[in-house]
Amino acid sequence: MAVKELLDRYTRMEKLPHIWCPGCGHGIILGSVLRAIQRQNLEPDKTTIVSGIGCSSRAPGYMKFDTLHTTHGRALAFATGVKLARPELNVIVLSGDGDCAAIGGNHLIHAARRNINLTTVVFNNSIYGMTSGQYSPLTPHKRFATTAPYGNVDHPFDLCQLVIAAGATYVARGTAYHTQMLIDLIAKGIERKGFSFIEVVTQCPTYYGRKNKLGSAIDMLNWQKEHGVPVKAAAKLPPEKMEGKFVIGELHCTQRPEYVEEYQRIIDRMERE
Amino acid sequence: MGENERQAVLMSGNEACVEGALLAGINFFAGYPITPSTEIAEGLAERLPRHGGKFIQMEDEIASMAAVVGASLAGAKAMTATSGPGFSLKQENIGFAAMAEVPCVVVNVQRYGPSTGLPTSPAQGDIMQARWGTHGDHPMIALMPASVQESLTLTIEAFNLAEKFRTPVILLLDEVVGHMREGIVPPRKEEIMIKKRKKPTAPPEEYLPYRAEPDGVPPMANFGDGYRFHVTGLVHDETGFPRGRGSDGDYLVRRLTNKVKNHFVPMVEEYLTEDAEIAVVACGSVARSAKRAVNLGREQGIKVGLVRPISIWPFPEKAIKDLAGKVRAIVVPEMNLGQVALEVERCACGKAVVYRLNRIDAELITPDEILAKIQEVK
Repeated sequence: MAVKELLDRYTRMEKLPHIWCPGCGHGIILGSVLRAIQRQNLEPDKTTIVSGIGCSSRAPGYMKFDTLHTTHGRALAFATGVKLARPELNVIVLSGDGDCAAIGGNHLIHAARRNINLTTVVFNNSIYGMTSGQYSPLTPHKRFATTAPYGNVDHPFDLCQLVIAAGATYVARGTAYHTQMLIDLIAKGIERKGFSFIEVVTQCPTYYGRKNKLGSAIDMLNWQKEHGVPVKAAAKLPPEKMEGKFVIGELHCTQRPEYVEEYQRIIDRMERE
Repeated sequence: MGENERQAVLMSGNEACVEGALLAGINFFAGYPITPSTEIAEGLAERLPRHGGKFIQMEDEIASMAAVVGASLAGAKAMTATSGPGFSLKQENIGFAAMAEVPCVVVNVQRYGPSTGLPTSPAQGDIMQARWGTHGDHPMIALMPASVQESLTLTIEAFNLAEKFRTPVILLLDEVVGHMREGIVPPRKEEIMIKKRKKPTAPPEEYLPYRAEPDGVPPMANFGDGYRFHVTGLVHDETGFPRGRGSDGDYLVRRLTNKVKNHFVPMVEEYLTEDAEIAVVACGSVARSAKRAVNLGREQGIKVGLVRPISIWPFPEKAIKDLAGKVRAIVVPEMNLGQVALEVERCACGKAVVYRLNRIDAELITPDEILAKIQEVK
């Protein structure tokens, strides 16, 4: 589908231009989400996009679906209500590293544990952008932020490993650089029944990049290209060659009963009794 | 027993709340265990799937409130129930529901606070939190039952008001009302008036999700019905989108406030106030002791009456103002350090002397204590 058709069909053109800074990777991720929706041929009237608070969470405003911009960190909890109340809707959650891993961390763990049929895309730019550059749970150790003026004391965690451990049935990591792969990963996340989680490493040149002298948006995209190692290649590399790098691609794909269907089974059983 | 005669059923206030919710057509409940409201979640966990509805125990109180708002946007009649600490946690998303105009019912079975307080002991300390618990100016409707029967009927009313005004409605029980058992007569389904949210009549391309009708309330589409609209907690215009304009905030927050202020009819019970020289103003379980005290006072020839706000928010300003115009003194007994009294004093405007009677030792206020106060101010 040509870009114009994609935009006409799935975006609120009148809301553009978007609010994101020049060089921000969020537009690339939004484009990838829309292409994945198009590839999966989701019915726009039956698709709801839910977000929390932060730069990433402004994405739904540009998307021509039912869109719900909630409170900070709570997108998954709102989405759980939407999905359980109306299971025929496709529900996609867009969140950021602060929104999803910090204030919303508990909801993330439990959505994964329930294996509720939601697709979550986390825009990980390693920083709180909306509030001008504070460190998030995914800001690397020793990196700088306005609240880490002497280098980050904290260590980040691996969000993908966290949700795998919590019970998510589809987990993947992509980058804003590897767009074709990203579309594939999100599309498969939508296709899979159960809790699907896609972390997207993206660039914030305005705050994270500038604070840490990482260069332009292009430099940061190149960094993603050089440091994101596909799953198969990573498996062949010795640990020392993977130092400072991260694995991209499909990390986990399994099957487990889905929450809404399991609840529906109870309703059906009650009706029979 | 004849077919038309009703059989009384013995149940607690919390159980009556469950029955009321089911009669009102609840089909979604999200909650989190907390004393003394847990029986409501337990009751709905059992009953909802039998009615095709959904129950979910969320990971915390915040998530329960969020799930309720999400479910309501998808068209469900949704409720949550909690108590003190949980009520504090829910406040941000209650504000979201008020701002985004999402109908829902929040039951708060008040317990002793602040903080963990005395979890199984009664109190009425959340009167002001029910009004102002979330940040910013906002409308609020809160109902306060004084009996098990009323726990049922006011739960139905709470759903109706939420649907009518597109706003969260708080049902403020206290621990005594929640756990007390009484014989009640549940209404039949055909006797109940059920109010449903207004649906848009405009086609999707013309739908303005936040354009209010003359009653101040915009028609509400469900997610999934093809209207494809945007919902946010940001200040928004009629289209539902933010523009970052103060003037939009001025228009919106005034409209939200006025839709309730101008169209909600406060609910009060007046008892023996016609010729009263002294009045007691009491809510919830304390109003039961107050009624007994009024009866005892009357036996002694004291002209005393009772006014019981049923809708604590919006506060029945006119009823109290009128009362202050005809009585000398108003006694306000409550299980806190004086929250309803603040409103009574405000509405009385100095026309009647307001006497407070407060207990915060986790014990009920007895009729004798209220009678003693009546005799003291006589």
